[in-house]
Amino acid sequence: MIEIKDLHKSYKMGSNSLHVLKGINFSVEEGELVAIMGSSGSGKSTLLNILGMLDELDEGSYTLDNVAIKNLNETKAAQYRNKFLGFVFQSFNLINYKSAVENVALPLYYQRVGRKERQEKALKYLEQVGLKEWATHLPSELSGGQKQRVAIARAMAAEPKVLLADEPTGALDSTTSYEVMDLIQKINDAGNTILVVTHEEDIAQMCKRIVHLKDGVIVEDKKVEQVRASQYV
Amino acid sequence: MRQLFDSDTWREIFQSIGKNRLRTFLTMLGVFIGIYIYIALSGAAKGLDNGFEKEFETVARNSMFIWAQTTSKPYAGFKTGRRIQLKLQDAEELRRQVPEIETLAPRNVSGVFGSSPGVITRGIKSGNYSVFGDFPEFTKIATKKIYDGGRFINDEDIKQERKVCVIGERTQKELFDVEENPIGGYLEIEDVSFQVVGVHKFSGGGPFDNDSDIFIPFTTYKKIYNTGDNVAWFTIAAYDDADVIKVEQDIKANLRRIHKVDPEDEKAIGSFNLGEQFKKIFGFSNGLTFLSLIVGIATILAGVIGIGNILLISVKERTKELGVRRALGATPTEVRNQILIEALFLTLLAGIIGIIMGALTLKGIDVFTQDVDLPYTNPTVPIPYVIGSLLLMVILGVLIGLIPAQRAVSIKPIDALREE
Repeated sequence: MIEIKDLHKSYKMGSNSLHVLKGINFSVEEGELVAIMGSSGSGKSTLLNILGMLDELDEGSYTLDNVAIKNLNETKAAQYRNKFLGFVFQSFNLINYKSAVENVALPLYYQRVGRKERQEKALKYLEQVGLKEWATHLPSELSGGQKQRVAIARAMAAEPKVLLADEPTGALDSTTSYEVMDLIQKINDAGNTILVVTHEEDIAQMCKRIVHLKDGVIVEDKKVEQVRASQYV
Repeated sequence: MRQLFDSDTWREIFQSIGKNRLRTFLTMLGVFIGIYIYIALSGAAKGLDNGFEKEFETVARNSMFIWAQTTSKPYAGFKTGRRIQLKLQDAEELRRQVPEIETLAPRNVSGVFGSSPGVITRGIKSGNYSVFGDFPEFTKIATKKIYDGGRFINDEDIKQERKVCVIGERTQKELFDVEENPIGGYLEIEDVSFQVVGVHKFSGGGPFDNDSDIFIPFTTYKKIYNTGDNVAWFTIAAYDDADVIKVEQDIKANLRRIHKVDPEDEKAIGSFNLGEQFKKIFGFSNGLTFLSLIVGIATILAGVIGIGNILLISVKERTKELGVRRALGATPTEVRNQILIEALFLTLLAGIIGIIMGALTLKGIDVFTQDVDLPYTNPTVPIPYVIGSLLLMVILGVLIGLIPAQRAVSIKPIDALREE
């Protein structure tokens, strides 16, 4: 599904150049649930941004679902993001003046799905995350865990190939974190490919594979016995 | 284009401008005031214009009077100070020589310009009135409204030297009883009996008007006052597209030639160019229209810049939201169009409200000035001007909207999402 070869990325900071990713080789099969771990500054967020086409790579190649991702203009990148990827952010990033169901429907709007179908689909995904009764509520009326579940429903609504979650539990307490991870595991069980960036060991253990980043290189890449989150909920 | 007619786009826009109502309102206020001032001012200028036009509607716009005085220079053997007398034959010559003349009416008068007024009697009533000797052409230059049942002097009156007259309203009041019908009645001018054929309405304001005058056929006048072919002055109207100043000069040059006056002698032939005076008056209201255009455009411009400014702030505030939209698949074009349509929509909505309020204000002024004696009638703004100002707003709205739209697009989704 994802194929990365010899990926380099550096940032210009004034006259200095900061080499963040120093040759990453990495691939993800369909249906995997991968945790990307590392301390801050290890390059894990940069890697995720490149995977999410939010940032461009300097060197190397990136293939997503057999499509080479290279030299995309903004329009093309937007279309690919919409088609291939679903995003879950640490700070939820819901649009605060739109209700839960409108937030979930937003990627479908950019896919030019008709309003009625959009509404139906959005409600279906809200139901999957257990928030159907909250459909008409604004984000400000939801708890942190509920917001993240709305965000996950929004990421899933476009039926992406890969779900990218950047510290999805970073702003949540441990109980809600496990609820969110339970949801992510269920989505993965249904066959979806998911990448989770985290620095929490227990969250990483709930994935099927852990990739450790340190100073811009992968230092460890191992399969793990998945801890089910449902037992903590 | 697809985006413009998509109801979803409009829902998005209403949502985003509706979430900060006060700011949206204040944003629109600038453009609203601009277009309101423009409409109210230019409508008022137009009202003044119409008012002047109404005041002078009885007089041909490009008319003039020409009379003769005494020479101030010796010429061709004549000495200076010679009195010049205009003749009826001059009229024929002028019509031939100056093709721009549309109407030419020679006139004679007794009772003004120092000559003694005619004593008019009717039975035991009598009074002093100005008596004019006129041709029917005169009414083409200065319209006379004749009351029902009456008429002005016509060609037959001239040909047959009929003893008929048209009298003013005051003349009627003073010489006739209230219930008496003056038409067909008789009065005596210089002991000669004249039949009244019409009463003219006093319209007021116009420079030709008087309400205590009597018009008789030019040919009859000539006999009664024994003036021969003498003419006191010519009333002349040029064609609408003629240059009145040039026509005036041509006429005077011809008269100097006919009467053997030094071509350089400015004093021998006198004139009053009404057309030129009209030009000045209408120049004033044109100036006012122009001023209101400048003020209006400047204010609209200021308002539109205000919209651009507020949208710029709004884009900055919405950086994160726009980043999320980009991450969810909004293309730069879609983001840009959304901001542009917002700018355009706010500008147009404010503009249309301004036009409506401006029109209502003009209507109000019209109603209140109905009974006031002001040269102010029917204040309107021509539709092309309204459409023009709307077009201007659309163009300015789009141009100014481009700045925040470009700013919105230049934000990289990743930077937008990082911003907390």
